[in-house]
Amino acid sequence: MNLDFGTEYDSFRDEVREFCDRYKGVQVTGSLFQYLEATNSNSDDELKISVQEWQKILIEKGYFARHIPKEFGGYGGELDIVKNSIINEEFSKAKIPDGAGGQGIDFLIPTLLEMGTDEQKQRYIKPALHLDEIWCQGYSEPNAGSDLASLQTKGVLDGDEWVINGQKIWTSTAKYAQMMFCLVRTEPDAPKHKGISYLLIPMDTPGIEIRPLVDMTLDAGFNEVFFTDVRIPATNIVGKRGQGWLVANKTLVHERGSLGDPAKMVSRFNKLVELMKTETIDGQRAIDKPVYRDRLMKIQGKVLALKAHGLRLLSARLNKGQDVALATMIVKLYGTEMRYELESLAIDVMGELGTLYEDSPHLRNGGGWQYAYMYYLGLIIGGGTSQIQKNIISERGLGMPKEPKVKEA
Amino acid sequence: MYFGLSEEQQSFQEIIRKFLEDEATIDKIKLFNKGDLADFPEAMHKGLLELGINGLIIPEQYGGLGLDILFATAVSQSLGAGVAPSPFIGSYVLAPYAILQAGSDEQKEKYLSGISEAKIKFGVGLTEYIASRDNAEIVFENGKINGRALFVIDAANATHYLISDSSGILSIINSNDPGLEIINLTTVDKTTSVVELKMNNVNAECLDSPENNSDNTQRLVDLGRLMIAADSLGAAQVMIDKAVEYSMQRKQFGRAIGSFQAVKHMCAQMAADLEPCYSLIWYSAHSMDHIPEESNLMASHSKAHVSDVASYIAKTSTEVHGGMGFTDELGLHYWFKRIGLNRQLLGGVDTVREEVADSQGF
Repeated sequence: MNLDFGTEYDSFRDEVREFCDRYKGVQVTGSLFQYLEATNSNSDDELKISVQEWQKILIEKGYFARHIPKEFGGYGGELDIVKNSIINEEFSKAKIPDGAGGQGIDFLIPTLLEMGTDEQKQRYIKPALHLDEIWCQGYSEPNAGSDLASLQTKGVLDGDEWVINGQKIWTSTAKYAQMMFCLVRTEPDAPKHKGISYLLIPMDTPGIEIRPLVDMTLDAGFNEVFFTDVRIPATNIVGKRGQGWLVANKTLVHERGSLGDPAKMVSRFNKLVELMKTETIDGQRAIDKPVYRDRLMKIQGKVLALKAHGLRLLSARLNKGQDVALATMIVKLYGTEMRYELESLAIDVMGELGTLYEDSPHLRNGGGWQYAYMYYLGLIIGGGTSQIQKNIISERGLGMPKEPKVKEA
Repeated sequence: MYFGLSEEQQSFQEIIRKFLEDEATIDKIKLFNKGDLADFPEAMHKGLLELGINGLIIPEQYGGLGLDILFATAVSQSLGAGVAPSPFIGSYVLAPYAILQAGSDEQKEKYLSGISEAKIKFGVGLTEYIASRDNAEIVFENGKINGRALFVIDAANATHYLISDSSGILSIINSNDPGLEIINLTTVDKTTSVVELKMNNVNAECLDSPENNSDNTQRLVDLGRLMIAADSLGAAQVMIDKAVEYSMQRKQFGRAIGSFQAVKHMCAQMAADLEPCYSLIWYSAHSMDHIPEESNLMASHSKAHVSDVASYIAKTSTEVHGGMGFTDELGLHYWFKRIGLNRQLLGGVDTVREEVADSQGF
């Protein structure tokens, strides 16, 4: 056991801290995820900066897109997961907003870097990274959720164009997006996992219709996207025909591992402690009430376990021979369920006041607790439900048998 | 940077595992629990002494191996996994640690060397410092000790006992003192030896440095809680492994019950809950060794959280085994009971959480 990263990293940490001091209280505007960030920023401070501007500052410093080559708009450094985790930690501690992620940056860019043609890399990565071009992800369909590979949106090659018909759902940011990376069935006669292609679709192509899908938070964060004879160039494909499932899975793995950042969990826990110190019931602070204290301590135990778990996973990436296959598979399930438990305690601590929403009098933290309480229920479901996670853990982690296949009616 | 057990620690775990697999078979544990094989624990104990568990954390100058707390948690985990009926946490971690912290040079020389040579073996009673029950109370006065220590662990064949009073002052008493009455307590878990001590003007040797104070005794309690959590971690992992294995063999409705999602999801939940416990315990042990300002927080949560997870696993694994899980024949209950005892030792989960909320100023 050795938790020392070496002096090079100490000085890097100092440098990041200096940066955090300089931008203390910064508030990023124009982000697509306002409501969550309302709870994460200091409303007293007036240091406002646009999300695009902030992104540029972070990339220039190497605090975002660190290992993405300069020619594609990144910082052009080595992939250094220790530096990344130092940046995460220090930003969380100082309540400095991260660079903007989103599906284009988190999923499309890594995919293109690995599987894209040179032309695709040149054309798409930089605008996505600098938020000049917003991407959305077209994976799920009304009849293809947990069983994603059964998707039916159809793509037929007609001369040098794909003609696409069908429907996607749960498409976040579709209404802002200029582009979609999309899974489409192009080989109807192939087995279901081998008949899918990964296509890149401009959202202003005729035949695309977007209908907002309002979720329980009352945000229209999701959309349904309908395709009627949508024509895109035949070259807008990543990988070969029929390889789409493989291409997409590279980033799905990434998605499942990335949810539940321990540093963010710790700072959210600290916010909960603050809430419990300020909320009073009959004049007594919530944190002094044994029932709430006990629940708070239960959550702290889980938060600390997950924080240490982050070190274990980090260590396995830095050192050979540490088997963390199972330890990695549990992160999405554990992280999202725990986060929901944390937000639920905040709601219970506020009691009736915890039901207030929108612009109600007596609202706490801009409604952020209530919003997050619902939002994290969404995360338990999205990106592979907890039940799908348990299938993965039991089958791939514990070696238990798959459910026997049932002949489809 | 490396977070986890070293190769050396892992290979020592493997040595213990093999030893227990050969010597502490489920059949022997069963016989001992039925009252046969009375010398079985002592045979186990001797074998483990040959592997060096007594001198693990004792500095080399006193004849020990001078290894760290992380190493000790790795051993504790292996002993829990094998439900080994052998002393360890009290005799070979807490007692030497207390003497190292708060003993005089002479006491260190005498007792630590004695433990390393396997001539001295301590039972440890810290319960009255944590929470007194049944009016147990210990009074030190003029070199004498009076009262009762209710829950003394690793008590079998002890030559000495290390006892704390309610204020956290530690003393050593000799097990053949004429004023000492030793009463065996029978717990659900017969793999652990627990006694009550009744003391009537027993000679007490106070740990004789200024470090014998409640701060250090709290640290000792933290260490004990961490070690117990590690023991439960080992026991809980075995219960998951057994559940998975059983579910793949047992067939109902024409298929292995492990192919039903109802069963798979129980196993997945157990694994999801236990995996982060490894990380928690390793970090906690590391903090004991190197980050003292975090060790109380980490050790407390290790005890509380791992106990909860292990209890859940003990119940769930038994359910996966169905009726067989409930039988003595299968013997799964030895792990269940070990986890059940560990949960209560040195402060139950609710007590520990209340303490750690206090110690953070909440």
